[in-house]
Amino acid sequence: MPSVITASRLADGVVVFQAADLSWSEDFNRAAVRADEATTADALARAKEDEMQNLVVEPYAVAVEIRNGHVVPKALREAIRAAGPTVRRDLGKQAEGRAPLSGPTAALEAEHVSL
Amino acid sequence: MYHYDDFDQAFVDARVEQFRDQVARRLSGELTEEQFRPHRLMNGLYLQLHSYMLRIAVPYGTLNSRQMRKLAEIARAYDRGYGHFTTRQNIQFNWPALKDTPDILAELASVEMHAIQTSGNCIRNVTADHFAGVAHDEIADPRPYAEILRQWSSLHPEFSFLPRKFKIAVNGAAHDRAVIQAHDIGLQVVRSEAGELGFAVYVGGGLGRTPLIGRKVREFLPERDLLGYIEAILRVYNLEGRRDNKFKARIKILMHEKSLATLREEIEAEFAARDRKLLDLPPEEVARVRAFFAPPELERKKPVSDRVERRKGKDARFASFFATNVMAHKTPGYVVVTISLKAIGAVPGDASADQMDAVADLAEDYSHDEIRVSHEQNLILPHVALDDLPAVYDRLASVGLATPNAGSISDIIACPGLDYCALATARSIPVAQRIAQKFGDGARAKSVGPLKIKISGCINACGHHHVGHIGILGLERAGEETYQITLGGSGDEKAAIGQIVGPGFSSENVVEAVETIVETYMGLRRDDQETFLEAYRRVGLAPFKEALYERSAGSDI
Repeated sequence: MPSVITASRLADGVVVFQAADLSWSEDFNRAAVRADEATTADALARAKEDEMQNLVVEPYAVAVEIRNGHVVPKALREAIRAAGPTVRRDLGKQAEGRAPLSGPTAALEAEHVSL
Repeated sequence: MYHYDDFDQAFVDARVEQFRDQVARRLSGELTEEQFRPHRLMNGLYLQLHSYMLRIAVPYGTLNSRQMRKLAEIARAYDRGYGHFTTRQNIQFNWPALKDTPDILAELASVEMHAIQTSGNCIRNVTADHFAGVAHDEIADPRPYAEILRQWSSLHPEFSFLPRKFKIAVNGAAHDRAVIQAHDIGLQVVRSEAGELGFAVYVGGGLGRTPLIGRKVREFLPERDLLGYIEAILRVYNLEGRRDNKFKARIKILMHEKSLATLREEIEAEFAARDRKLLDLPPEEVARVRAFFAPPELERKKPVSDRVERRKGKDARFASFFATNVMAHKTPGYVVVTISLKAIGAVPGDASADQMDAVADLAEDYSHDEIRVSHEQNLILPHVALDDLPAVYDRLASVGLATPNAGSISDIIACPGLDYCALATARSIPVAQRIAQKFGDGARAKSVGPLKIKISGCINACGHHHVGHIGILGLERAGEETYQITLGGSGDEKAAIGQIVGPGFSSENVVEAVETIVETYMGLRRDDQETFLEAYRRVGLAPFKEALYERSAGSDI
């Protein structure tokens, strides 16, 4: 199952995603998609090294899928984490233009027909 | 209210510096997350879904205007301009940075506040009736006892590593407004036949995944023995509570496994074996602490205000506010004003920094500098002169805080749910918002009458759904949010756990299900004086079940 690696940044708790160059980005859309279990495990191992280096806390893999041509988190919890509270669109990544590209609403819908 | 003495201030200041050092060592890598976690939790700092979250204690729900202004200042300087008042009379900030938290705690210490023991397996913030000191039916103000318990339990070396968290609530009136029977220890202030003050002691209440109503272990505990007896309870729990399974670690499970009679026997034996002189609570000490909570000197006034009556006559919204959000004070001519943090469509319990400042100003101008936080996620101005009510109302209305719905169907308790909480399995705030929008704060809500809806976004039950007249529990089934409904729960002196009505409802259908329940109630109530809870207790689950699952097409069976 394709996935991305996420964690919380130690100093301020901001949700971050592991990019292709193994740096940490605040933007879900910059997350590197790991295609299978083996690459996910490898990426997670690298993330845990960053945890040991006190850059991030509690890294884990998030299952993603393609919806309307965009990569989005599969689980509602992860969609909200990647975008911000659904009850306060003015807060979190969604307020900074860093929500998953298909938009927070689309990411939260089970099925979405693009117009 | 209580004021820190030099010892208290030095103690809290020292804790801030200790935490500053711990944070510095965490940031430098000297401490691992595993090593640091217990320290941050003991200072109320969680790592949540979007960020860190800082939970600040509002002891027994009492604040002054200086403290409220400081909370507003912290919200602006270190957070996102708002705070969230919780079901345990605390306030949470949802976006603080770890590196800033020592400064936030220092700011709090400057107004005699802290976040100590708002998390972790210790004795948590002691809660109390939010109408303490002003209610007609009060036997004695519960706050002095809550303060004594707070001082005794703060960093208590024997009880800082309990099997699990431990919550104590104290109620001082005949009517239980502190949900004491849903706490690990619930203390009900009573008077003996001889007129002596003491407590009925309940143990083993709790919500969460195993909801249980507390059982009375003592009919009458003399005031003098308060600390000794609580120590005995905690000692039994600390030794015998399970540490092998955190889901079975609360004292309610110990009570359930051992039986009330056995646990009571053990507590009484522990209590009898101790040297009573070691932890005596002398009347002089109670009197000393009680003096801090002496009611303000209020000049008795006419119980009816012409100014208020005139306004009621020409302003229906004000009249509605008067009917729902205003309670008579024990001193004639004064009222207790509930400020609903449940504006229709708003996030239950959230207040902006500007609103906090406005409430602080109102408290200073009209309520003897006192504010209360209720476990129902509202604020209270406890000492308002009746003549001042129109002015207070107008100022509340100007900042969106005059919603006339206290105690009504749209005054909904909701935990932060999946919008903020890392433990949640479903969202609770949007459900609360949609129900509130459906019933509003006008004629429809009024026709329904008093009805407590409580919503939790996971089985941990921070939204107290088990004791909601209508309880809603958000769960996740096959990737979808689903909502289980319970009916007939109650958090007062006739405490009861709600019964599950049947299979859950989708997010789309849950509001319609609540509407069906309410319409069923309104169709079967004897008259408009029979409340939802009274009607439910008379007819039981069956008519609601039938309406939801047999007659309605809205269910998701």
